[in-house]
Amino acid sequence: MSRQKTKPKSFQEWMEVNIWGLLIVLALVLSVGGLVEIVPLFYMKNTMEHARFPEIVWAKAGEAPIVTVDADGREQWNWTAGEGVRPYTPLELVGRDIYQREGCYTCHSQMVRPFRDEKERYGHYSLASESMFDHPFQWGSKRTGPDLARVGGKYSDAWHRQHLRDPRAVVPESVMPGYPWLDTRYPSGWRIQWHMRGLRSLGVPYTEADIEAAPALLEGKTEMDALVAYLQVLGTMVALDEAKTYRE
Amino acid sequence: MDANLEQKYDLDVVRWFTVMAVVYLVVGAAVGVYIASELAWPALNFDSPYLSFGRLRPLHTNAVIFAFGGCTLMATAFYTVQRTCGVRLWSPRLARFTFWGWNLVILLAVITLPLGLTQSKEYAELEWPIDILIAVVWLAFTINFIMTIARRKTSHIYVSNWFFLGMMVMIVYLHVVNSLAIPVGLFKSYSIFSGVQDAMIQWWWGHNAVGFYLTAGFLGIMYYFVPKQAGRPVYSYRLSVIHFWSLMFGYVWLGAHHLQYTALPDWTGSLGAAVSIAMIIPSWGGAVNGMMTLSGAWDRLRTDYVLRFLIIALAFYAMSTFEGPVMSLKTVNALSHYTDWTIGHVHSGALGWVAGISIGAIYHLMTRLYHTEMYSIRLINLHFWTATIGTVIYIVAMWVSGIMQGLMWRAYDEYGTLAYTFVESVDAMHPYYAMRATGGMIFLFGAVIMLFNVLMTVRKSLAEGNLDRARALPAPA
Repeated sequence: MSRQKTKPKSFQEWMEVNIWGLLIVLALVLSVGGLVEIVPLFYMKNTMEHARFPEIVWAKAGEAPIVTVDADGREQWNWTAGEGVRPYTPLELVGRDIYQREGCYTCHSQMVRPFRDEKERYGHYSLASESMFDHPFQWGSKRTGPDLARVGGKYSDAWHRQHLRDPRAVVPESVMPGYPWLDTRYPSGWRIQWHMRGLRSLGVPYTEADIEAAPALLEGKTEMDALVAYLQVLGTMVALDEAKTYRE
Repeated sequence: MDANLEQKYDLDVVRWFTVMAVVYLVVGAAVGVYIASELAWPALNFDSPYLSFGRLRPLHTNAVIFAFGGCTLMATAFYTVQRTCGVRLWSPRLARFTFWGWNLVILLAVITLPLGLTQSKEYAELEWPIDILIAVVWLAFTINFIMTIARRKTSHIYVSNWFFLGMMVMIVYLHVVNSLAIPVGLFKSYSIFSGVQDAMIQWWWGHNAVGFYLTAGFLGIMYYFVPKQAGRPVYSYRLSVIHFWSLMFGYVWLGAHHLQYTALPDWTGSLGAAVSIAMIIPSWGGAVNGMMTLSGAWDRLRTDYVLRFLIIALAFYAMSTFEGPVMSLKTVNALSHYTDWTIGHVHSGALGWVAGISIGAIYHLMTRLYHTEMYSIRLINLHFWTATIGTVIYIVAMWVSGIMQGLMWRAYDEYGTLAYTFVESVDAMHPYYAMRATGGMIFLFGAVIMLFNVLMTVRKSLAEGNLDRARALPAPA
């Protein structure tokens, strides 16, 4: 039994008898949708709100360290809340790594939509520029628990600790797991320096001083401290102006 | 049954993948039932990092998609391509490598995910060393498939193989681009994309893992196994051509509908929604094509339990490919996004369509691969009803809880303030989460019955010596 050689009657038939032709056409057809939807996002200026509102991003990002430790062991901050989007501090970055590790994104979104009820429940709608240093993004897809995009500052540190250790001690109806192990684990300074260098190579504006200060900033901190620091900064970086229309 | 199969084709790897698919169906569904129960009864998290929902949920999705779905796809693709091309596999050694490599990926997933080693991108959680292994094994699978077609004895490439090919090429694109990351440790990496671009790329992957891996691949299964089991040709060749090309072109665009009303530019989400609506036509074309294959032989559904699985799967396919476009509409999405409705939708596709068509194909394969009848036809019937009833209970629970969540979150009282706190909506979900866990348990019970039936069939075949006899037959002239 050998393959018959007859002339294909249509383009479709040509592909059906020619595996390489079918493969090439498939490869082209399959690439269109992705190219049209993804590539412009890297080039269109109006994708990121800080193209029109530069104050969204911290003016000193990449030039001054965010926070360092002085000779007496005190933290020296160059950034204050509301001054704009900046990279995460070493402690917050450890917290974010824990947020990823524990799969928090499977139940919590970080993306407030522009609806009246979401504004009242969570706050101002999220901007694209607010997650510009988030590798990967943590917008989530499910709210088994509430949105966390603007959770920073809404509860005290003590509340968060208690809630993370035993959620039902503070919210009886909660279905969240407890995370008691965060209290007994300590982040590694040199490891987070690696993480920061990795992010810097992707364009996150860390200064050398930021990276150098990491071990001192993590001294004596638990994973619980780190996660709480991360939660407390969420949504607090930018002071959003109700009068401005950031997005059409 | 054609005992000569053993002389004409390489079926060892098909046999291994088939049995492992059933094992992973039980494992994946069991983890699913466990995490569903955690949401209903949170004490089940036991304050243990390795059992907490956030770590086990990726294990569940990876187990059902890549372990169960992957083994089913590889078993059926290797079987279908040999049968429809009339030749042996191009490289049985590469097929063996595919089997062991893929199972190694699954083993590594089972170890790393509960340890919290994750890229935290949905359905692409596995860390970079495993991602590289996935790419290598997937390419081995794809090359073997393509080269087998290149050496075929038939003149035309059968429609099932088009769908399998489309899936293979697209998964290469998706996996490579979405997994691009900078390693910062042996098991830690950061996506090279951030924020809005990362979100779009993630959902381009996320929706097409569904669209290609879980739809195109399983349509390849449908186009071979439904006509085979029914003993009739595919209803319409023309419809299958339209179905194929519109699916290949259109599905790729849909990812953006996961990001409606987010910080993704409006044009992208609207484009995704517009193409989503148009996708009803090819999807229903495909479902009709599969079902109408039975035209004139509907009475077979009364007696043929395997055919029942295949046809109910197509009914779920039609249902969820209608539901999906509806949910992509901006007004509906405003309500449904972030709720359990999405979970219900995924499971009507995953339990109803993907698992249904797989189970049908696996029962069909078992008798041919082991040259014997199934151990128990009655147990197949019992499995059919447990799978169907379990699925229906699951998705009804999620419809109710999802729509209820959406409505509670946006409800206002007479003073114009929010009527419910968030936690009141959590509390209201409890009965539905319990109901969902129950539906899952019924489905899992069916899967356990299937595993028992499959293992007993293998035992029966070995005891009867059928496989050895089939292997010992002289090669066909």
